[in-house]
Amino acid sequence: MGAIETHGLTKRFGELVAVDNLDLDVAEGEIFGLLGPNGAGKTTTISMLATLLGLDGGSASVAGFDVVQQPSKVREQMGIVFQDPSSDDILTGHENLYLHGLMYGVPRAVIPGRIEEALELVQLKGREHDLVRTYSGGMRRRLELARGLLHHPRILFLDEPTLGLDPQTRQRIWTHIESIVAERKVTIILTTHYMEEADRLCDRLAIIDFGRIVALDSPTALKAVVGGDTVQLEVADAAASVAALEVLECVSRSEVRDGRLDVAVQNVAQNLPAIFAAAGDIASFSVRNTTLDDVFLHYTGHDIRNEGAEGVAKHMHRVRSVNR
Amino acid sequence: MSQLSGLYAIWLREVKVFFREYSRLVGSVLTPLLWLVVVGKGIGASIVDDESFGGVGYDTFIFPGILCMTVLFQSVFYGLYIVWDRKIDFLKEVLAAPLNRSTIFLGKVLGGVTDSMVQVTIIVILGYFIFPEATYTIHSLAVVYLFMFLLAVTMTSIGLIIGSRMESPEGFSLVVSLVVFPMYFLSGALFLKKNLVNEAPYLYWATVANPVSYAVDAIRYTLLPVEAFNEFGLALDLAVLGGFCLALLGVGTLAFRTMRL
Repeated sequence: MGAIETHGLTKRFGELVAVDNLDLDVAEGEIFGLLGPNGAGKTTTISMLATLLGLDGGSASVAGFDVVQQPSKVREQMGIVFQDPSSDDILTGHENLYLHGLMYGVPRAVIPGRIEEALELVQLKGREHDLVRTYSGGMRRRLELARGLLHHPRILFLDEPTLGLDPQTRQRIWTHIESIVAERKVTIILTTHYMEEADRLCDRLAIIDFGRIVALDSPTALKAVVGGDTVQLEVADAAASVAALEVLECVSRSEVRDGRLDVAVQNVAQNLPAIFAAAGDIASFSVRNTTLDDVFLHYTGHDIRNEGAEGVAKHMHRVRSVNR
Repeated sequence: MSQLSGLYAIWLREVKVFFREYSRLVGSVLTPLLWLVVVGKGIGASIVDDESFGGVGYDTFIFPGILCMTVLFQSVFYGLYIVWDRKIDFLKEVLAAPLNRSTIFLGKVLGGVTDSMVQVTIIVILGYFIFPEATYTIHSLAVVYLFMFLLAVTMTSIGLIIGSRMESPEGFSLVVSLVVFPMYFLSGALFLKKNLVNEAPYLYWATVANPVSYAVDAIRYTLLPVEAFNEFGLALDLAVLGGFCLALLGVGTLAFRTMRL
């Protein structure tokens, strides 16, 4: 049995379908990512799995327990790090961890050892007796990561674990997450809208858009679908070039994006001359590895960061306001 | 067992926060002292007939009422912290824990009651020095604390029930003011209720319907055993206040069960 299973999981807010018939099957010990833009339904999904939000349809089980029938069993098995900071800033880091241990029924004699262990893991030793309000955003997130692990959960939910953090701090959090996985058997579900994050951490990932799964596989496999590398071209007549390029065997995808042409190409080194020949007049070009950005664009038809597309913005706004 | 340690955790957090923010403590002592000294002495000085308030000075007369006021305000406004918890998202952490909502509610109530009891104790101690007529014995203090405890549980529950439905601290303060001031003024903390029976019967019935009246009645008669102050009788006081207390614990548990994040 999987660590997490959902069948037809659905959540509605009024007429807005935030999560639409979601089927997931996450294996024990896996890092599973939910990747999508803001408002795609990631946090709503996590909230339902964590028994904080009721379902409007379908079913879900976490660690073998049904989220509707046995919510307290589910809670005993899970840890969660929320998107927004949720530690008490009038208390010290140590006090936050201690209270968490008590609330999760960790025996009182065991708690000090667990706190040491958790502080070690996220490298907060030495600062644990300072008030949380003196912590930086990154330290606070690390504290909450430590807190989520304190009671040795089988399942750990991380909702946008690096949102709003600077690149260095983000790298550090990634390292901590990787060492969590290396040191103990824990299944991690993380949501993110950062492609690098999903690419680096996840064993498998589901791309979610408008509450639906549009693709689900390992990052490598997802990138393979789009093609080996992406050649970006600036050409005089983009539409004509697309037509000429698409008939080529080595081209798996070509799209116009901001006036430039993105062409996914297998075996770039050998096929570049053919591409140039087909594309016509070229003002400039560049070659880069395919990223999950390309994958996202391929599956959804819109850029994950470009939330200017009106439908997306509107959807996002409504989801945001109901999630508050 | 884990529910019990969870209850302890929630109580412990409230107490730690309370003692860390001692400005709250100072502020909460100042207001009752102003009432006792300024209002008590000020109005007392204008009262000619010595028998108007059972033969004691007006400041002594309102002292038990001011004890109740301290508990009342402190307890109800404690509900504000659940609104803050929601705002700083700490509530999520608590609601995601494997704890029953009734455990969370009870832990919060006990935290608020502890706060109120600590603060009112300061006034009780000061009263010993300011009001020599007041009866301070083991027995009288036990009765006084029993009623203050019941009042604190009742009022903390009301505060938390309102807090569980409020999104903003401003909204909370507004609603609570509408509840707490009538309850205070209609408790007989500042006057004898039975004088109202002929003057303004509807006001009298309002004081009878007010749970705070019963705490004031019991505490006043215990600290100042003048027959004129025995308006309802201790047995009725205990029954009514105890009943309110249990009822509101029940409503509060329900309110927390249906509380949204």
